[in-house]
Amino acid sequence: MNVRFRLTDDQRALRAGVRELLARCFGREALRAAVGAPGRLDRTLWRILGEAGFFALRLPEADGGVGLGLPEAVLAFEEAGRALLPGPLVATHLAAGGVPGAAHGETVVVAVDGELAEWLDAADVVRGDASGAVPLRSVDPLTPLHRLPGPGIPDPAAGGPDPVAVLLTAAEQLGTAGRVCELAVEHARTREQFGRPIGAFQAVQHLCADLLVRTETARAAVYAAAVTAGPADIAAARLLADEAAVRGARDCLQVHGGMGFTWEADVHLHLKRAWVRAQRAGGGAQGEELLAAVLAG
Amino acid sequence: MDLSYTPEEEEFRARLREWLTKALPTLPAKPSPDDWPGRRAYDLGWQRMLYDAGYAAVHWDAAPTLRLIFLEETERAGAPYVGANFVGLLHAGPTIAAEGTPAQRARWLPPILRGEQVWCQGFSEPDAGSDLASLRTRARRDGDAYVVTGSKIWTSHAEVADWCELLVRTDPDAPRHRGITWLAMPMDADGITVRPLRTLAGSAEFAEVFLDEVRVPVANRVGEENDGWRVTMVTLSFERGTAFVGEVVACRRVLGELAREARGNGRWDDPALRRRLGRLDAEFRALWRLTQWNVSEAEASGGVPGVGGSVFKLRYSHARQELYDTAAEILGPGALDLDRPWVLDRLSSLSYTIAAGTSQIQRGIVAERILGLPRGR
Repeated sequence: MNVRFRLTDDQRALRAGVRELLARCFGREALRAAVGAPGRLDRTLWRILGEAGFFALRLPEADGGVGLGLPEAVLAFEEAGRALLPGPLVATHLAAGGVPGAAHGETVVVAVDGELAEWLDAADVVRGDASGAVPLRSVDPLTPLHRLPGPGIPDPAAGGPDPVAVLLTAAEQLGTAGRVCELAVEHARTREQFGRPIGAFQAVQHLCADLLVRTETARAAVYAAAVTAGPADIAAARLLADEAAVRGARDCLQVHGGMGFTWEADVHLHLKRAWVRAQRAGGGAQGEELLAAVLAG
Repeated sequence: MDLSYTPEEEEFRARLREWLTKALPTLPAKPSPDDWPGRRAYDLGWQRMLYDAGYAAVHWDAAPTLRLIFLEETERAGAPYVGANFVGLLHAGPTIAAEGTPAQRARWLPPILRGEQVWCQGFSEPDAGSDLASLRTRARRDGDAYVVTGSKIWTSHAEVADWCELLVRTDPDAPRHRGITWLAMPMDADGITVRPLRTLAGSAEFAEVFLDEVRVPVANRVGEENDGWRVTMVTLSFERGTAFVGEVVACRRVLGELAREARGNGRWDDPALRRRLGRLDAEFRALWRLTQWNVSEAEASGGVPGVGGSVFKLRYSHARQELYDTAAEILGPGALDLDRPWVLDRLSSLSYTIAAGTSQIQRGIVAERILGLPRGR
């Protein structure tokens, strides 16, 4: 009998381990402290992540890596998305083994992605052409951004964005989607109006149900793409995960009512990060056109 | 996480494919949609072919993965849908298998498997739709029989059915979920009137069934008296589980056909339409993976599909409507021509967010049973 399309015990353990690590070294206090000091990348945290194998996860053991596969990387990045972990995580992960120090969190690697570059000022190594980059006042307090004068798609000669980068972004979005679903449900269970929890009202229940439906549909697509690693599966996963994260954060904000509109609640941080990730290469029209081309054969 | 199949499963798939290649050309011509006796004979004939080839019970006793492969391959090959066998194979049969006595199983299951008898479903009533537990069709005990009076609606295949899985109220004074009983009613009994019900697609897909003092032997009761609600829930979880596997495969095929049609008529040059098709492709890829995920979960939990079926149904019913709305965009004015492909499918797709629990009911199930939100009204 096959293991099947479910998490193995090892994968569950890995996910729990990453969640625990992030709760310890990037809990809510650290998150809010980071919000208060925008643009500063915590190099200590970066090294902790490196030591834990976050960047070297897929690097062969012979090369000093953890030797795991894409499904495990997806689970780790899902947790990073949940925790709103800041930094150029995808670029540094992809640079492990290629850029000295990236694998173990000693080097911060940033990649130019379309018209944007995240965390450019914190970079030790920049991949791609960042000349002419102009800083912009980022909507996300946890992601400094530069705007680039060049055209959209990175490395068009190589046929578009690196599918693994697209997939890991999808995994982060999935993490956001799952987290905002939990936050919405928690709030709906505890917040009382008209003498009962607002989660007893159908209008609120249906928002929460849609949050879960989008998350679980995206989860199936993201996990499957991690197994097949096919570019079309990855494009599909990314479209579903972007939708689940962005619309999920919006609905979560709505369920929170006035609290959701405050700086103090974390909901806006999830929404803003989801917006930033949705801008990365491989989503939106790019993914849709890729799939349309596959359909047309 | 693994999406590969075992050698045994691949062998099952290969044998099935080979059999389908030989069996499908021997099928008689497909009857017209209005020819109910013809449809009955055609659907039962197909079930008999499955029985002779050893596939009759695949919905019941095969591992969920084998069932998935069966539904995937039969759909790919263009084999007939379960049709008139739907209630027998996917509702009444599994219920009797799970809750019936050995004598009841021996009496009713073999004719279903051999393609000899058609079952229909008498659950919904004119005043008990989404709120099924409010059903009022009354059964009064009279010696060794129940005497049943009331009316049922949305009963598919009632005109040609041999049996009806019937929900009746046996205790009007009990709390509403506790006074319901599950009966197998012979459709040739005295006092049954069947009136076809025309749908917005123009077809007589359903019927109303009027029951006037119909005598149903007590021996036809499955489960205890007043325990019918629990018995029914077994059935409904089957409907919301793997029932749509073949349809997802079919939708992906339609999507490819839509792309070809759009390329042929020039609509493909519109980037907004291409993007809409691309997004639908993502949607159905995801739904296929969600199906595999749910099947894996069902396999791990001993074969019974869980509430995760509600998540799938919510997303799928919406995606199916979006698929045929996109078809209409590609057809342009042709979308108003009932003789064009996909136009009738678009009309039928309107039932998907209503049948087997409306999307609103499904969201309530997801909110309360999966997310654990307080019970609402």
